[in-house]
Amino acid sequence: MTGTGVGSELISLSHVSAGYDHTMVLSDVTLSIREDQFTGIVGPSGAGKTTLLRLLLGTLSPRTGTITKSPGLRVAYVPQLETVNWNFPITVEECVLMSRTQGRRMPWASASEKREVARVLERLGIADLSKRHIRSLSGGQQQRMFLARALLRDPQLLLLDEPTSGVDVSTRHDVLHLLADLHEDGVAIVLTTHDLNGMATHLPHLICVHHRIVADGTPQEVIRPEVLELTFGARMDVLEHLGMRVVIDEMREPRPVGGSF
Amino acid sequence: METLFEPLSFAFFQKGLFVASLSGALLGFIGVFIVLRGMSYIGHGLSHSIFGGYAAAQLFAAQFYLLGAGLWGIASALAITAVAKRSRVGADAAIGVITTASFALGVALFAKFGSSGPSFESALFGSILGISVTQMVGLTAISAVAGLFVFFRYRALLFTTFDPDVADVSGVRVGRTDAYLMIVLSLSILATLTVIGVTLVAAMLVIPAVVARMLTDSFPKMLLISTIVGTLSGLVGMYASYYAGVPSGTMIVLVGATVFGVVLAITGGRGLRRSAGLDSHVEAMAQPAAAGR
Repeated sequence: MTGTGVGSELISLSHVSAGYDHTMVLSDVTLSIREDQFTGIVGPSGAGKTTLLRLLLGTLSPRTGTITKSPGLRVAYVPQLETVNWNFPITVEECVLMSRTQGRRMPWASASEKREVARVLERLGIADLSKRHIRSLSGGQQQRMFLARALLRDPQLLLLDEPTSGVDVSTRHDVLHLLADLHEDGVAIVLTTHDLNGMATHLPHLICVHHRIVADGTPQEVIRPEVLELTFGARMDVLEHLGMRVVIDEMREPRPVGGSF
Repeated sequence: METLFEPLSFAFFQKGLFVASLSGALLGFIGVFIVLRGMSYIGHGLSHSIFGGYAAAQLFAAQFYLLGAGLWGIASALAITAVAKRSRVGADAAIGVITTASFALGVALFAKFGSSGPSFESALFGSILGISVTQMVGLTAISAVAGLFVFFRYRALLFTTFDPDVADVSGVRVGRTDAYLMIVLSLSILATLTVIGVTLVAAMLVIPAVVARMLTDSFPKMLLISTIVGTLSGLVGMYASYYAGVPSGTMIVLVGATVFGVVLAITGGRGLRRSAGLDSHVEAMAQPAAAGR
């Protein structure tokens, strides 16, 4: 799987700093997202992963620095599953159709829109779920539904916030394979994750973030103890298994399980 | 049958029945968006806020007090939205400060200067007396505006109600859509204050929508059911008000609450599960930027 980014530039950040209220979350970030890129933004909670994603999305303005986007860039976004109100009264089809909000004024879907939705649901293997309420979906199906909504925008760049957070191992594999397929089809992908072994080491390109860019490169280049310590603030060991990096969380002073205080 | 037709021989009741039914329909219709956005408290606050404008506008521009109250309500709604989104103060606290202060001002003005319009009690709990043709035309016009607004902005409203962050990224003008909804809400509350009353309007924004949510998992059906429940509550509540001799707003709300109780008894846990989480998006709407760093 390629994906380290040698195609033309979609978005570039130059010496960007950003934050909320009086708190600066990211400082002096310079990076480029290219059209063939498949990148994971890695870091602990609060390190600035989502802030970086918001800068790429354009929903957060930089305090300093500049962000340049290629003209007419089509970006789609898949939110964290945990942030969604799954009790909201809509079906899968209605949710996917939300991508068709601009340029049309009738409340109901046209025949061509219905065909488009059916095609994208078919592509993601959930065509038979189109009339189901969103609450009745499994974690993997929920993720596929949001991917379908994003793909209906025919994006050049797909941004995902923690796409495997809170899902089981099987669903995680599904999501990874699905994203790899989309990338093969020519969609640039950037996602955030704090899951090193389950997600990050499977991606072709990583950006390690801890209020700044700590490292940027392939997993072989950045999944190293010294980089992980700078990123996560904790000592970790790295092993090689079947050609992939495996991160071992090193507990210097392990507490006895079930021991007395 | 005589029970149904006897009150209709009075012109004031005919007007009251029309206004109450249309008020119930309008509030039930708009209430779906308010409830699904977790903004029920905003409806409560706005009605109190408009009361302040109602009282003040009568003092300074008696002929145009409805216009003044409307502008006051819109200003309050936009102020609440702005404060809730941009400051560290939560939406509930912002509503608490802005609208109760406005309500207090209204009470003070009423107490000091009285009213050239409805009595203090009528303003609070609704009255079927003294409904003018102007008010009927105003309510009809605002109902039409609300219907057209939802029709033409349906998809944007649905998207911003379900997922404002992604809607924003997808090119929907979320701020503008929210502002329009607030304006329509303010006008709807203003137009229905006469019959339902300041303190009870919020209930009619919430009850039909919650009842509808308990009955369906479909958004379009929820809009339809909520509108029907609101209409029937207004209709039946007016008759109950006439025969019981109590303020119209109280009976309209009590009819709505009875429908809620019946539906709850029928749907049981399923209905409650559906209506659970109706307040889960208020924080997301108020402070999208803080959802993760």
